Amino acid sequence: MCPSPRLWRMRCAEVIAGGGVLAVAAGAAAGLTLGGAAAAIGVAVVLAGTLAALWFARNRFRSWVYQERDEDLIVERGVLIHRLSVVPYGRMQFVDVSAGPIDRAFRLATVKLHTAAAASDARIPGLERDEAARLRDRLAALGEAKAAGL
Amino acid sequence: MTEPGGSGAPPGKGSAPVAGGGPPVAGGGAPRPPARAPASGDRPAYAGWRRLHPLSPVVRSGRGLLAVLALAGLSTSGVVGGGTGTRWYDLALPVVVAAAAVVNWLVTRWKVDGATLRIETGLLRRDSRQLPVARIQAVDLVRPFLARMLGLAEIRVRLAGSGDADGRLAYLTEAAAVALRARLLAAHHGLDPATPEPAESVVASVPTGRLAGSALIPAVQLAAVAVAVGGVIVAVAPGGLLAVGAPLAWWLVICGTIAWRRVSAQYGFTVAVSPDGVRIRRGLLGTVAETIPVPRIQAVRMVEPLLWRPLHWCHLEVDVAGHLGRDRPEGSGAVRKALLPVGTPQEAMRLLSVALPVAAGWPPLARPPRRAWWKAPLSYHYLAAGHNDTLAVAVVGRLRRETTWVPLAKTQSVRLVQGPLQRRLGLATVHLDAAGRRVRAEFRERRQEEARSLVDDLAARSRSARRQASRAAGGPGAAGEAGQAASVVSPVNASQSEA
Repeated sequence: MCPSPRLWRMRCAEVIAGGGVLAVAAGAAAGLTLGGAAAAIGVAVVLAGTLAALWFARNRFRSWVYQERDEDLIVERGVLIHRLSVVPYGRMQFVDVSAGPIDRAFRLATVKLHTAAAASDARIPGLERDEAARLRDRLAALGEAKAAGL
Repeated sequence: MTEPGGSGAPPGKGSAPVAGGGPPVAGGGAPRPPARAPASGDRPAYAGWRRLHPLSPVVRSGRGLLAVLALAGLSTSGVVGGGTGTRWYDLALPVVVAAAAVVNWLVTRWKVDGATLRIETGLLRRDSRQLPVARIQAVDLVRPFLARMLGLAEIRVRLAGSGDADGRLAYLTEAAAVALRARLLAAHHGLDPATPEPAESVVASVPTGRLAGSALIPAVQLAAVAVAVGGVIVAVAPGGLLAVGAPLAWWLVICGTIAWRRVSAQYGFTVAVSPDGVRIRRGLLGTVAETIPVPRIQAVRMVEPLLWRPLHWCHLEVDVAGHLGRDRPEGSGAVRKALLPVGTPQEAMRLLSVALPVAAGWPPLARPPRRAWWKAPLSYHYLAAGHNDTLAVAVVGRLRRETTWVPLAKTQSVRLVQGPLQRRLGLATVHLDAAGRRVRAEFRERRQEEARSLVDDLAARSRSARRQASRAAGGPGAAGEAGQAASVVSPVNASQSEA
């Protein structure tokens, strides 16, 4: 399964807003110090950067995959560095659901699984709220049913 | 004061605690614990509660107190005609320290209540801890120098979720401490608490000469480098001796101190095996006796440093679940404990077979393909890894060789990581994580397709190993041993507890 398409819209909004602010700032700074041509070049460079960032964000969004198997959860992610985590339900210490202000504006949440190992990272961002709640409850129930000692 | 964080879950929104979270916690925000009866019922409120030894405040504040008093004495005797104001100021600090230690002693009490060790402490902020013995990760008996002079000892109980200070009882008399340790460990193994401490057999010990040698080799090499550099500088510029001398002297002192600390912390190192677990004794001035139940060992690591290689020496460490504490030489704050500070390969193998489930034999090692040299040119010569049904082993390292064994029953998660260069070469790295920070076996630079199937294979074998382990430990009933302490903090000020 994949994160919600709204995650892609959220990433778009973040990148475009950031790129827009940066473009205005670069244009103003270059225009005031070096003149109109420099301002145009500055804005063009920032916009090109924004497009590249969008392309990268698109790939990254597409790379997120998670799968609930009988005994464990698999999370796969990453474009440049590809990562795959397998976390058995029985090893779960607790499940964390968090949503920042931007997440909330897009009605999204991040589910994170914690185990006793600091390195095991099973984080799934951009889940719709219902799906996040369902996943949290299911993981908690499975964790309880299959719990194993340290 | 200690932190209340025993339950391990951060206060994040929507945290759903899962199995093995906390054991039942007595109602928070209740009045001070003495006011209510113990949870177990029909006994009166104070039954069985015991205080620490009356001399504990002396030992606890002793070192700091002595230092301050010495300083005060020096300043008053050295300064002729010093005003009374300075003397009052000098004495205020030791008095406050001593008073705090006495108050701490007055308000601290403990008891063993069936299968829980309960500790209550704190004057303004009452802190009541319940440490379930079933979840003990290790029990340490620590005797700093001053305590040893007075015949006292400290008990430290380590649980997975607790920090350094959570399960400390400082100080008891030595006999009481040994008896308490025996009682806790017997209860931990599900025996009658009155069972006496079982006999133990010494597996390995470190001769003082070898220990000193192992500490001196690096120190002497560092010192030699410094002296050589100093010599060169003096030869080039004869007037530079004065400028070089002082830092050089400091450097030598530091090298000596490091070597001395190592020797005094690991002096008389003995590893013994008893049905309780692995028992480690060490220390010159202050001594430490650590007991680790064998099933609590998360991983074992063998390190062969470059400088020891001509002598074929190695050292062994075990990882136990828990939070990282400060690693003091006479203390035992570390989660990573030395199982053998320096030893021969034969001794190391003997200890390994004690600490690990080797019923299925040692796993065969497989080397990565030749093309991995392009990814890891400096460590390629050591890289190897392998696994069987119960154990995974991985070798890494550039100059020093590090071999890590992780019992598959202890696996927390399996991860595959592939960087850009690895993708070009068709390689990938598989991590097998055990509880803790950076406790893992790394199957580095395996073939891509092999790594994929390795992830599934490791996950499946870990699952069956885990099942087998929990069946051996008494079925799913043993499930709740995820191992955290319950901690109830009830401030006297009720409004604070509401906030």
